[in-house]
Amino acid sequence: MSKYYLNYLDELESEAIYVLREVAAQFQNPVILFSGGKDSIVVTHLAKKAFYPAKIPFPLMHVDTGHNFPETIAFRDNIINELGAQLIVGSVQDSIDNGRVAEERGKNATRNALQITTLLDAIEENSIDCAIGGGRRDEEKARAKERFFSHRDDFGQWDPKNQRPELWNLFNGKHFEGEHFRAFPISNWTEMDVWNYINRENISIPSLYFAHEREVVWRQNSWIPNSEFLKLDEDEEVVLKKVRFRTLGDITITGGIESDADTVEKIALEVSGMRQTERGNRSDDKRSESAMEDRKRQGYF
Amino acid sequence: MLDNNQLLRFTTAGSVDDGKSTLIGRLLYDSKSIFEDQLAAIEKTSKKKGHDGVDLALFTDGLRDEREQGITIDVAYRYFTTPKRKFIIADTPGHIQYTRNMVTGASTANAAIILVDARHGVIEQTKRHSFIASLLQIPHIIVCINKMDLVDFSEAAYNEVIEQFEEFSSKLLVKDVRFIPLSALNGDNVVNRSDNMEWYQGAPLLHTLETLHISSDINKIDARFPVQTVLRPQSESHRDYRGYAGRIASGVLRVGDEVTAMPSGFTSSIKSIHSFTTDLKEAYAPMSVSITLNDDIDISRGDMIVRTNNQPEASQDLEVMLCWLNNDEAKPRAKYLIRHTSNEEKAMIKEVVYKIDIETLDRNFEDKSLKMNDICRVKIRTTKPLMVDSYRDNRSTGSIILVDDMTNETVAAGMIV
Ligand SMILES: Nc1nc2c(ncn2[C@@H]2O[C@H](COP(=O)(O)OP(=O)(O)O)[C@@H](O)[C@H]2O)c(=O)[nH]1
Repeated sequence: MSKYYLNYLDELESEAIYVLREVAAQFQNPVILFSGGKDSIVVTHLAKKAFYPAKIPFPLMHVDTGHNFPETIAFRDNIINELGAQLIVGSVQDSIDNGRVAEERGKNATRNALQITTLLDAIEENSIDCAIGGGRRDEEKARAKERFFSHRDDFGQWDPKNQRPELWNLFNGKHFEGEHFRAFPISNWTEMDVWNYINRENISIPSLYFAHEREVVWRQNSWIPNSEFLKLDEDEEVVLKKVRFRTLGDITITGGIESDADTVEKIALEVSGMRQTERGNRSDDKRSESAMEDRKRQGYF
Repeated sequence: MLDNNQLLRFTTAGSVDDGKSTLIGRLLYDSKSIFEDQLAAIEKTSKKKGHDGVDLALFTDGLRDEREQGITIDVAYRYFTTPKRKFIIADTPGHIQYTRNMVTGASTANAAIILVDARHGVIEQTKRHSFIASLLQIPHIIVCINKMDLVDFSEAAYNEVIEQFEEFSSKLLVKDVRFIPLSALNGDNVVNRSDNMEWYQGAPLLHTLETLHISSDINKIDARFPVQTVLRPQSESHRDYRGYAGRIASGVLRVGDEVTAMPSGFTSSIKSIHSFTTDLKEAYAPMSVSITLNDDIDISRGDMIVRTNNQPEASQDLEVMLCWLNNDEAKPRAKYLIRHTSNEEKAMIKEVVYKIDIETLDRNFEDKSLKMNDICRVKIRTTKPLMVDSYRDNRSTGSIILVDDMTNETVAAGMIV
């Protein structure tokens, strides 16, 4: 007798594949937002599974801050090659050069907020009606209320107080010209689920997630990688540490943690004993209590 | 976590101050699911608000602030894991939007926690929450009798609540009801067994959640496969491949099964079932798979593949328990889009038969309006037949939503009678 129930990872996988297929069926021109981070890598892997033996029926879109870990870009190009997919790049540098946005100033300046404009411009220029993201509800309290299919008005804005109710698995992607949706297939996954899944499926991820020696600076309670973009204070000192990153974003604000975990299994083990949320190492979320909610309203990922 | 660990989704309901936030906080805290930085934030706020110790209720904070400001409140999802299961909590606070929120949270839940304040016993709200849980056919209801510390952990108080509950719940369709006496504030019978209630023989809440038998809650008899999308790779290696992609809504499908495509009625048999590159002999709900058939028949999104000897009803006239979710009242005989599995048609609400008075659970045959949070029995006519089962038999193929095509909003959710 076989068991007729799914374990939690199979059920999460099945749900995510269902969401991806709904996106393909309900929208004309979707893209996967691909950051090179583990969540968007997992979403891409799920899309590969959802449409096999056909190719993923939509392009990948990368919002490039210009402040990248070089490893991320190499990894991205590799995946695109392997999938035979189309890549759309929205460049924050271009947005700055075109005068759409102005670079932040000061020591803690980042290009994080600037991404919003670049993202929304790229969505508009490419007539994208659904951008699929790797957002998870467990990441942050503003995300806890997100839908699988999340409506954005014609300014690309999210209105958390006026969302469409989402019942059973009946998703409503109806929208007017100029509006778009965000879809979040792994809404119900936790960081731990993502690692367990990467482990189970043997998904390759950028080397940055594994413990490695790197030049870093201690800033706002985490190890910020040294890079050509980093402006050092006088009292700050560049040191060599064995670190790994829990999330990958703009290189100027993504803090690493000291770790010896150099395999997916060791990472999963480390994460399961972890006492800090993964966003605890992102200085962009430390600016205020509602930092994420404010960014999301404006159209952030 | 072990490989055969299941996922359990539950909702929490209770009226304001019954201790719902405290209970969720306690579950997360005692199961070690709260991170240090989150705890530090709660400690900071607790101090700011002048509490002694940590106020665990603050963990469900974002929504709480909204409530205090009287803003429309929404469902929030929370996650925790134990060595036995992964849990998803659909936290549905709120007063005004209560019905809408709870219906939303309940739609995917395996279990509902209904809180009762031991001092007050079963009140109107308890009945309302239980009614919605039964309407949405949540298979397991756990009545948590909270604040037992305030009634001296009295067995009599506990028994009285059970008696009150059973008196009215006999009219409801709930399969499995359990009662747990607890104190969310002090942690009695939440994660750890209470030393203060030796008379209680049952399990604490967490253990109950970890061991509820949920695998038989999904309909495993009626095989239903709504087609989401058709896969046609047209590549060298798969030139003639035509696969139907979807999530099995209920039942089991096996290679070789005689099947019928609805609504066309064409028959064929299953040639292969696969999940990515893995070929399967059989697949069951809620698996996402792709299926190929032995005959080339015309099937597209919205169609349903079923076993030939077990077919749903194809009907244009539906009797539905409808919950209205929109600020705008339904217009008489207005047309809507109806979404059912992967299918979409036009539909008209032909008649409101009665409205349920959510306070008394009586039927009102006079008031025929459909306003926000109303639950009514209605007759719906669709332009083309839908392949439906009753919601009682099948939560997937028995549920619908209505979309207003002027605003694109989801205005109602319905359960087919
Ligand atoms: N004595 C006692 N107080 C409790 C218990 N559970 C919650 N409370 C208190 O009841 C009040 C309301 O609790 P809260 O969790 O905010 O209720 P909610 O409105 O249902 O979320 C708070 O002051 C809690 O400390 C309990 O088991 N015993």
